[in-house]
Amino acid sequence: MGWVVLIVILVVIFLPLGWLIAIYNALVRLRNAVKNAFSQIDVQLKRRYDLIPNLVETVKGYAAHERETLEAVTKARQQAIDVSGLDSVKDRARVENMLTQTLKSLFAVSENYPDLKANENFLKLQEELTTTENKISFARQFYNDSVMELNNKTEMFPSNIIAGMFSFKQAEFFEVEEEAERKAPEVKF
Amino acid sequence: MWEQIRSNQRKSSILVVVMAFLLLAIGWFGGEGFYGPGGGTGGLIVASIVWIFLTLISYFSGDSIFLSISGARKIKREDHEVLWNVVEEMKIASGMARMPAVYIVDDPTPNAFATGRSPDKASVAVTTGLLERLTRSELQGVIAHEIGHIRNRDVLYMMMIGVMIGAIALLADIGVRMLFFGGRGRRRTSSEGGQAQAIIMIVSIVLMILAPIIAQIVYFAISRKREYLADASASQFTRYPEALASALEKISGSIRKPSKDAEKVNRIIAPSYIINPTLAARGNGEKANLFSTHPPTKERVRILRAMASGAGVGDYDVAFRQVTGNPVGVIPFRSLETAEKVEIKKPDEIPSEKHIDRVRQSTDAIWRLNKYTFIPCDCGTKLKVPPKLQGQRIMCPHCGGKHDVSSWL
Repeated sequence: MGWVVLIVILVVIFLPLGWLIAIYNALVRLRNAVKNAFSQIDVQLKRRYDLIPNLVETVKGYAAHERETLEAVTKARQQAIDVSGLDSVKDRARVENMLTQTLKSLFAVSENYPDLKANENFLKLQEELTTTENKISFARQFYNDSVMELNNKTEMFPSNIIAGMFSFKQAEFFEVEEEAERKAPEVKF
Repeated sequence: MWEQIRSNQRKSSILVVVMAFLLLAIGWFGGEGFYGPGGGTGGLIVASIVWIFLTLISYFSGDSIFLSISGARKIKREDHEVLWNVVEEMKIASGMARMPAVYIVDDPTPNAFATGRSPDKASVAVTTGLLERLTRSELQGVIAHEIGHIRNRDVLYMMMIGVMIGAIALLADIGVRMLFFGGRGRRRTSSEGGQAQAIIMIVSIVLMILAPIIAQIVYFAISRKREYLADASASQFTRYPEALASALEKISGSIRKPSKDAEKVNRIIAPSYIINPTLAARGNGEKANLFSTHPPTKERVRILRAMASGAGVGDYDVAFRQVTGNPVGVIPFRSLETAEKVEIKKPDEIPSEKHIDRVRQSTDAIWRLNKYTFIPCDCGTKLKVPPKLQGQRIMCPHCGGKHDVSSWL
């Protein structure tokens, strides 16, 4: 009889405890996943900053009078670097999207220059930037999925109780702004 | 997404256990049937040894055996940048921790496969034919499908189950041989217990005939299901199901009848390819039967094209049910509950992408793998110099300029 009571007490204590630990660990895992996913985006954004000066130089050699487009790219890059130290995901997303747009128009313009398109260095840079753009968007995709999972867990019962107890915060999405996506970049000098 | 992987793992473990029982049953009945009462233990031991031995081999060197049979060559980033980049993109999209090894097979037939027992030890291989025919976004779709196999842990389980089938077939083969050529003399022929003995004998014969067939049917059914899942994952990763659909069409449209040698290789590797080359060549790509490793390509394409609502695994499930009329669907229920809205996103086309450039890139990769030296001549010609001319002076066939081969290493 005594044994049964003991076992019941143990179960009553340890079952919820095990469950609590499991949820806590799941939350930690998700938080780390979000952090890790963001650093993936960061790596690719930095890679893009590094590639752009080279690209601008190469294009200049063949299409010097596309000055406006070139300067827009350089400016957008500088802006992106300026806010890259900030913590606000939203601000960073905004400038990075702008940079994406200016790059797109630069590649669109380069289509008019057959000599440039035949340049091996340019082709290399084009592939490099295409893959970096893709990596940024895939890393963002994975980051947003991870954020979604974390945010769901912090909102849904019963994990929200534990999230509240240990102050797990919701993470910010890295959004592609529809507005920026649609509008062609404005360039004024 | 990750729910689905876990649910798959559970189901696969059950299957592995069932197969293991089948294998041990063959061992026991075989021993008991051919060596009389008490022989079952010996049979069990033989069955276990065969199984463990094959499993260890395939676990630790399955992927390298596999890659060497297929003639795949490992590449570095410089060898084929586009392929490397696309694999890296899909690695990021799938959230894999480590970059898989990338291989190229010098084969004009377009195809691709993945191998490796875990996501950390994975390899992706594609043929030169694939690199030449597919656009960048189609290549992305194919690689995403392969990464899907890796993420869903298909490679490990299909390998384990494949080994089990091999072991079952091997034991059944030994058993059948013993039935005809040996073992008979040692069998006890006393009248008592003769009836039980006869029953065991019959059971073992039936097992030996049926077990390999059952095992194969189960294997193929699982394999087909995993192909659908990998397609669904590919769409989720790339957010663009059309790319994989048109890639599948291109691949299945250009598979010709393989040569005798290729046929031998194909028997081992065929189930792992994105499209089964032996079946496609026989025109079997349209209808699946119990012995198909892959679902019919036309159906796979139709499902991918029917994904109107989005690019997620949930949307794939809707399209699957709509196209096949199968009410159960193919994605485990629990992963659908949490599936969020995933929008289809058309990737930016690279306007200057040309077939000739792709051919050049893939042949260049093979030259490099064969240790050829590339020397850009001032006249614009790119000389490809075989390794045996290393250290010599050669002349450009176009302009007559002289080059030192070693200086360009």
